[in-house]
Amino acid sequence: MTLFSAAAVGILATLALVMVRAVAGPTVFDRILAVNAAGTLTVGLIAVYGFLDGRPDFLDIALLYALINFIGTIAVTKYVKFRDLGHPARSPQAEEGDV
Amino acid sequence: MTLDLAGAILLVAGGAFLFLGGLGLYRMPDTFNRIQVGTKATTLGTVLSLAGAGCLQPEWSFKLVLIGIFLLFTNPLSSQVLARSAHRIGVAQAPETRVDHLAEDQKRGRDES
Repeated sequence: MTLFSAAAVGILATLALVMVRAVAGPTVFDRILAVNAAGTLTVGLIAVYGFLDGRPDFLDIALLYALINFIGTIAVTKYVKFRDLGHPARSPQAEEGDV
Repeated sequence: MTLDLAGAILLVAGGAFLFLGGLGLYRMPDTFNRIQVGTKATTLGTVLSLAGAGCLQPEWSFKLVLIGIFLLFTNPLSSQVLARSAHRIGVAQAPETRVDHLAEDQKRGRDES
């Protein structure tokens, strides 16, 4: 139990550092990256907190959070890059390898 | 007993990697270095923490493995997409940067075509 508390404290300290980067920027990619890292950390935090609280069913929520985090990061990055969420083939700047 | 010890070591190592990743995210000089640190180190730290939790509570290991595999699939992908669009838009690189293979490839492609 103490171990799970230590892991949770470590994750929370890291979240504080990540939040500093999200506020400081300076580019929009730093902010997206910080939100992505915060989401990954939250997945770990939810899982660890589930064990800490004696309710490991929280793992389902952690899995769902990982899904939403990934989709959200991709969508925001795509919007920043193309100003559009349509298929990249329609964008004049699109080239091979773009999502 | 051995499983408990392994779980403890993995959890502490995961927390340490996460904290180092956060520190790197705070201190690294440019966006590309921060993308590198912010996805690699946090992925490793989270997966190690999940593995440690799986060693301590083996009956939940299946879902933990599922989450770990999903993170291992998706985080490199988001980092690649982020780095590529940052490079496209022309985010400033640190003055110490020596090699930029993507820019070289694109220049070569333009010269040939």
